[in-house]
Parts: sequence; structure tokens; C-alpha cells
Amino acid sequence: MSNEKKDNGAFMQRDRNWHPPAFTPTYKTSVLRSPQKALLSLDNTVSEMTGPVFGHNQIGELDNDLILNYAKNGEMPIGERIVVHGRVLDERGKPVPNVLVEFWQANAGGRYRHKKETYLAPLDPNFGGCGRAITDDAGAYCFRTIKPGPYPWPNGVNDWRPAHIHFSVFGQGFAQRLITQMYFEGDPLIARCPIVNTIPDQKAIDQLIAPLDMGNTLPMDSLAYKFDIVLRGRRSTMFENRMEGN
Amino acid sequence: MTQPLDYLKETPSQTAGPYVHIGCTPNFSGIEGVFAEDLGVTMVNDLTEGERITVRGSVIDGKGAALKDALVEIWQADAKGLYNSPFEMRGAADPNFSGWGRCPGAMDTGEFVFETIKPGSVPFKDGRPMAPHITFWIVARGINLGLHTRMYFSDEDEANKADPILTRIEHQSRVPTLIAKKTGSEYRFDIHLQGDQETVFFDI
Repeated sequence: MSNEKKDNGAFMQRDRNWHPPAFTPTYKTSVLRSPQKALLSLDNTVSEMTGPVFGHNQIGELDNDLILNYAKNGEMPIGERIVVHGRVLDERGKPVPNVLVEFWQANAGGRYRHKKETYLAPLDPNFGGCGRAITDDAGAYCFRTIKPGPYPWPNGVNDWRPAHIHFSVFGQGFAQRLITQMYFEGDPLIARCPIVNTIPDQKAIDQLIAPLDMGNTLPMDSLAYKFDIVLRGRRSTMFENRMEGN
Repeated sequence: MTQPLDYLKETPSQTAGPYVHIGCTPNFSGIEGVFAEDLGVTMVNDLTEGERITVRGSVIDGKGAALKDALVEIWQADAKGLYNSPFEMRGAADPNFSGWGRCPGAMDTGEFVFETIKPGSVPFKDGRPMAPHITFWIVARGINLGLHTRMYFSDEDEANKADPILTRIEHQSRVPTLIAKKTGSEYRFDIHLQGDQETVFFDI
């Protein structure tokens, strides 16, 4: 029997200075899509402390393998083969198990499989660009994929996105819901990207840059990058949950 | 010297971008054969308890245009006011109701639609009942951090007037931005990102 207590308290307050503000005019689309009035502060009620659960049985065998999950006729996508792995932790450093992590990205040429995508780079017939995983008891997830390419986008006259992978993470309560992007160590486009630079604090930007992980690289197969994700922590002192107390 | 607190910092948010549908609703975006079904499409089945409703709306920008690349997720209690979550401590929720829905805006109109049930009332922290509500989370290109809000129901006037959160909103003229209008079995809930009708968003 585990003596681990199931925390069920409210989540710690989000540090909004660590996240990008809503209005960031150098990222032009935010201008008309950013709320301008003050947010209504609300300590979590049960509506925010709870959240949906996804079972391992909802996940297919190839869901975390972007090299094979869209490949046809025994072929494979073109590009640099990589493994991305990490842990989902909360602010207290505790692993968050059974969390759905979804990811999507461009192909090696920097092209997305989407009808509104206008970049000249070719589609890869063997690359879909989406996958998902559920964290294990230690909060760990992993997937393999092709390293995405950088691409131009019509924000400035000559703006380019650094290579990146989008992540959508659930956590255990709806208050933890998060979408973010992972960047790759050493990419000179990171510092020039208007979307990266919506984040005011360089230390917060650094948290989105995955280091090359030679320790987990597969020789003659794939390079590896490690990307840990931190979700909001639950308060351990719970006055609102007298059923279990503290 | 005191001990260090040693809290980690939350991973900073980044916009979902224009192609959030590739990752969250791949079948909708035309990437078929990877996942059998997009998650969050079906909230109810034949056995789900409660009053069937449709929730429909748009996410609207500062110039009045509906976003065509938004993704909306909802989270709600079952007909008895219980959440289908391991962190629900008050009892077992209806096993035939997930409580969670995800809908991309339609490519041509931007509209989202949820087929769901009307939720029961859920208690506030001090035990007072909150008026029935659905929690919303909105992401899209240009939204740097996902937006949380709530939808209340126009046919729950009395409960809304006593709701501990709605009554706390200083500018009461903004309360209608959180109340969906009922027509038949359908509720209309438009989310305005800016302007006179800007929806009240929550810092939760």
C-alpha cells in the first residue's frame, strides 16, 4: 500500500509575470485578440480543481511515434530522427502521472500538414505531424519524431519561427491546462522570434529550450532532447477539503 | 539563513498557433488514420442523465470578426453537480458523462458546438451553491495564454442572482457577458476578446 496522500487542494496562484502578457504588439495577431480588461481573480473552486482523465486504453501503440504513425508502404519520413522525452512535474517537484500530453509540429522542411499553410517547402507524404502520450507513474513521457524545420511566417517582412514542437498538457485539474512550445538548444532563431519574445523574462524563455541529451541518444539511430514540463502545484494545506484534512 | 523554498516555476505558455487542430483534432484538420477519433467530440450517450442541451457560439476579436482558428474546451459537472474526476471528493459522477468537450471553430464560420447536458449546481468553497455553469478554456493564434471563463444559463435567473462569483463582479453591467441566451434547447454563448462586450475572463 502506498502511503502517499492524494492531494486535492486548490492550485497555487499562477505567476502571470512569468507568462507572456496578452497584448504583445510585436506578435501582431495578439493586438485584436488580447483581452483588455482586468481578469476576475478567483481562488479555485471544485470546478477548477477537477479535470478530465484520459486512460492509457485511449492511446494507440503508435501514437507516440511520429516516424511511423503516418508512414505508408514501409517508408519513413525524411529528416533528422530524434527522441523527445521528459517528465511532467508540478511546482513542488512532484511527478504528475496519467497526464495526456499532445504534440504537433512541422516536418523537416518546416511545412505543416494543413490546408491554410502557405510555405513553399514540400509536404512529406510519410509525416502527419501529430502524436500523444500519457505520463507514467514517474510523470515521464517520450516520443520519437523528425526534427522540425524552421519556417517563415507573415508577421514581420522577414520573420522566421525557430524549429519548435507544440505541446498541449492537461494535468489533473482544469486550472493546470497549458499549451506551450519546445525549442531546440543552440538555435539562433530563438532570440529573434516574436512569439518566443512575448515572454518577458529570459529565464522563462530558457525553460522552453530543450537541451541535447547525448545520454539518451540512440547510436546510429536518433539524437535525443530532454524537455521537462512544470504544471501548477496543488496547495498541501487544505482548509476547504475537510474530508481528508491535512 | 532560512531554508530555500525550492518551488519550480510553471512552464511558460506559448500561443497554440494557427495549427492547434493538427495536434488536438487531427481528423478535423484532415490528418486521418493516426487517431481513430478526435478527443472530446462526444460528451453524452443514450444513458447520460439530465436535460440535453446544445451550446453554440463564436470567439470574436476586437473588430467583431469570428476567429476561425480557435479551439474551445469545456468542463462541467453532471446533472447532479458532480465532476467525473478522481479529484471529485463528494461522490461518483454519472459514468455515462465525461464532463469534458473539445471543439475546433468551424473552418468557414468559426462556430463551436457542444452537445451536452445541463449541469447541476456545484458548491462554492463556503458551501453556498454556485449557479449551474460550464467552465470554458479558449486558445488560438494570437492568444498568448489560454483564457478561462464560465458560461451561466439565462433560464437560471434566480440562481445567477445569488451566485457567489457573479455577485462579486464589481461592474454588474459585465455580468451578461457570462450568460448564455436560451432559444429552445439551445444556448448561444459568444465570447468577445475585446471591446464593450468583452467577456469576463478569470485569473484562476
